[in-house]
Amino acid sequence: MSLRADVTPAASARPNRVLPGFAPTLGLTLFYLSLLVILPLAALAVEAAGIGPVRALDLLLSPRVAAAFRVSFGIASLAALANGGIGLLVAWVLVRYDFPGRRLMDAIVDLPFALPTAVAGIALTSLYANTGWIGGPLAKAGVAIAFTPLGIFVALLFVGLPYVIRTVQPVIADLEPEAEDAALTLGASSWQTFRRVIAPPVLPAVLTGMALAFARGVGEYGSVIFIAGNLPGVSEIVPLLIVVHLEQFDYAGAAMLATAMLAASFAILLLINLLQAWNRKRHGG
Amino acid sequence: MGIELRGLTKRYNRTVAVDSVSLDVHQGELLALLGPSGSGKTTLLRLIAGLERAESGGLLIAGRDAAALPPRARGIGFVFQHYALFRHMTVADNIAFGLEVRPRQIRPPRAIIAKRVHELISLVQLDGFSERFPAQLSGGQRQRVALARALAVEPRVLLLDEPFGALDAKVRVELRHWLRGLHERLGLNTLFVTHDQEEALELADRVAILNAGRIEQLGPPREVYDRPASAFVMEFLGEVNRLPCRVTGGEAHIGAVGLRLVAPSFADGEALAYVRPHEIELLPLGTQGSLPARLRSLSIIGPRTRLHLEQGDTIIEADADRTAVDALGLVPGGGVGIRFQTARIFPRH
Amino acid sequence: MAADRALGGNHAARALLILAALGLLGLLLVLPLVLVFSEALARGIRAYGAALTAPDTLAAIRLTLIVAAIAVPVNTAFGVAAAWCIAKFDFAGKSVLTTVVDLPFSVSPVIAGMVFVLLFGAQGWFGPFLARHGIKIVFALPGLVLATLFVTVPFVARQLIPLMQHQGRDEEEAAIVLGARGWQTFWRVTLPNIRWGLLYGVLLCNARAMGEFGAVSVISGHILGATVTVPLQVEILYNDYDIVGAFAVASLLASLGLVTLAVKRVMEWRYGAQLAPSRSE
Repeated sequence: MSLRADVTPAASARPNRVLPGFAPTLGLTLFYLSLLVILPLAALAVEAAGIGPVRALDLLLSPRVAAAFRVSFGIASLAALANGGIGLLVAWVLVRYDFPGRRLMDAIVDLPFALPTAVAGIALTSLYANTGWIGGPLAKAGVAIAFTPLGIFVALLFVGLPYVIRTVQPVIADLEPEAEDAALTLGASSWQTFRRVIAPPVLPAVLTGMALAFARGVGEYGSVIFIAGNLPGVSEIVPLLIVVHLEQFDYAGAAMLATAMLAASFAILLLINLLQAWNRKRHGG
Repeated sequence: MGIELRGLTKRYNRTVAVDSVSLDVHQGELLALLGPSGSGKTTLLRLIAGLERAESGGLLIAGRDAAALPPRARGIGFVFQHYALFRHMTVADNIAFGLEVRPRQIRPPRAIIAKRVHELISLVQLDGFSERFPAQLSGGQRQRVALARALAVEPRVLLLDEPFGALDAKVRVELRHWLRGLHERLGLNTLFVTHDQEEALELADRVAILNAGRIEQLGPPREVYDRPASAFVMEFLGEVNRLPCRVTGGEAHIGAVGLRLVAPSFADGEALAYVRPHEIELLPLGTQGSLPARLRSLSIIGPRTRLHLEQGDTIIEADADRTAVDALGLVPGGGVGIRFQTARIFPRH
Repeated sequence: MAADRALGGNHAARALLILAALGLLGLLLVLPLVLVFSEALARGIRAYGAALTAPDTLAAIRLTLIVAAIAVPVNTAFGVAAAWCIAKFDFAGKSVLTTVVDLPFSVSPVIAGMVFVLLFGAQGWFGPFLARHGIKIVFALPGLVLATLFVTVPFVARQLIPLMQHQGRDEEEAAIVLGARGWQTFWRVTLPNIRWGLLYGVLLCNARAMGEFGAVSVISGHILGATVTVPLQVEILYNDYDIVGAFAVASLLASLGLVTLAVKRVMEWRYGAQLAPSRSE
């Protein structure tokens, strides 16, 4: 019995690509994304535009809104900066040193990724409240964390740390040990070696991690909403302000705030990306 | 029958990968597509397989118009450069794949498939490996599985993309001989792509040398080596020395002394004479009709002696056997006369 | 791990750095987790059990499971389709498409929920139309599902795209040449190669779908027993000063998070190369 298959030729339309399924999967993907992602975001932009330039400026420059932006963006930046330092330290220790429990520690880094934000929110609040494990002793020393901007800072610290660590770890792991050896044989001190040989490739990664942490921090809701005081002008974050406008059925205002927030984050991230690209070009990648 | 290509053209954006190629592959022959990377040989192979679509041109496989057919309807078997074995299937499952995906009406019964797989495993000498996974096999073994898999569906044509490219030298040579034996046994039309001229010349019935999407020459190994149609072919197939010469009246002269070489149907003017290292005769310095040259150094490479000579401004590499060198009493710095047994004249670019 | 050469193997410095890192991680990350379970069990196991079996809580759990049961399969199917066309084909606008897939990641959860209120809320674009036909989206299950879908769009796709790109087209092309058709190729060749990456992506998608707070909060209306998911129930209990209750329910989510983490670790350990292309490749 012959095993050769005498198959009839394909239909007259020549296939465009060899692997099958391009048109259906692309079509499905575009359809789904248009409906679920693009359309709603476009609606947001349209709604925001509909507010008119006068009301928009009025809104954005109003004291409460300005304060909320200061709080959200300002504290997110500070937290990102702090996370830059802490993240670098932790990443360095995890990659370069071996010690009992290193693997466990490495797994723990992912905790903020895995923990739902509401859970983190209430846990952090209870921890740093005046009756909390950490908040208690600090309160006696006169320092309040929960329900103040400091609380927001701590929450964003929690949320953003893994971004820095996970971005920096592979870069440190890829460093050539020979380069450091060479520096030492050429007479550099430990600090000099760190500054001149290790820092240049690692710093851009730290910056990227910080940018990711910042982006996350600006829009964070669940982890922050419990521990922030939510006092307008003092500890109110932009996402909360958006919710407030929504509850008042001021859809246009809410949309305007949302768009402003997205635009500002996008601009800052773009700036950071450009800076890094410029830096890469200067140093030959 | 065999394969007929007529003016096949394929473009990628602005580069022409295959430039109006026409080729007749004779029934049952083993043909090599030889060329440097970027010459279009793999693209050509993929066009024949149906993995790429040509912009223009015709393609007949076993007498049937194949240009509009999808790969599975062309009756071809394809062996990929990196084997493309299904990593999660055993050797047996890999080989059986082509038979198992047949539509129900034409799918052979399970027992027949198993028998066929078993036969093929024996054919490629992998008995006992049927339950292994690709990751557990060496490069050469994977190659043979890929071949068996392609043969399982009884193709009319076998296409091999750099079949030995990823293997080390010794395995390559062994598999080369083995493939030739297999071809003689099966008698299948086989086309294989390679950049290794030694492989092409040793294996193929005919060799097609490709350059920038075109076939520069097509012919049996002996012919392309002895009578290269262009400088490119000559240079690609082996080492050459290039010596500037001047052509007058159908004769080429090198240097002031003038070594006469025949340059039929060549316009007068400046040209290049191409000589292979082993086509250089060594004579005592000053011999009539020889070019004077100076020996800079020599290297002993196994049985051969490679002489690095200087002739005027040109460096010449010559191969000679030791007795000739000793007979002339040649030492570095010494002079020698050289004569060319054959030379090909090609235009200067 | 290589010893730290630049610091010349200074043991004191090493120990200091390790302790500092451990301390910071412990303080920032571990303590809150410990607190969740500590507070949940503060009044003993029976109070814990009672909190978990309260009717509102059970309703919330049921609702969360339903939402996840819809959102995860849908986004898994989408993820596979998107990864197929992006990873196995070349076409203009591919990077734009990939960016759009990633978009929900960079949007604040509140905004994710808000856009659907904008579209389907009482004063939204389709509000009157929906009201006329008696369809409820906002403050009802469909809204929850939409918000969750939006937020979890990228998870499976992001996991599969680099993996499938890394695996290339060779095996699929080989299958095609051997005569396999579309679905056959996918089922027999592609799927086995991506199964661990797919599972991983589904796991992450599910964790996010069950734990989503911000987006769901905006679109939910907080109607007890009807549109309150588990994370929202945590909020409600906490705001009612039912600390044990809140943390008991929170401990469910925390456990889910820990299980996800653990499975992730195990899979990385055993199937590392098949989850994602490694950086050095």
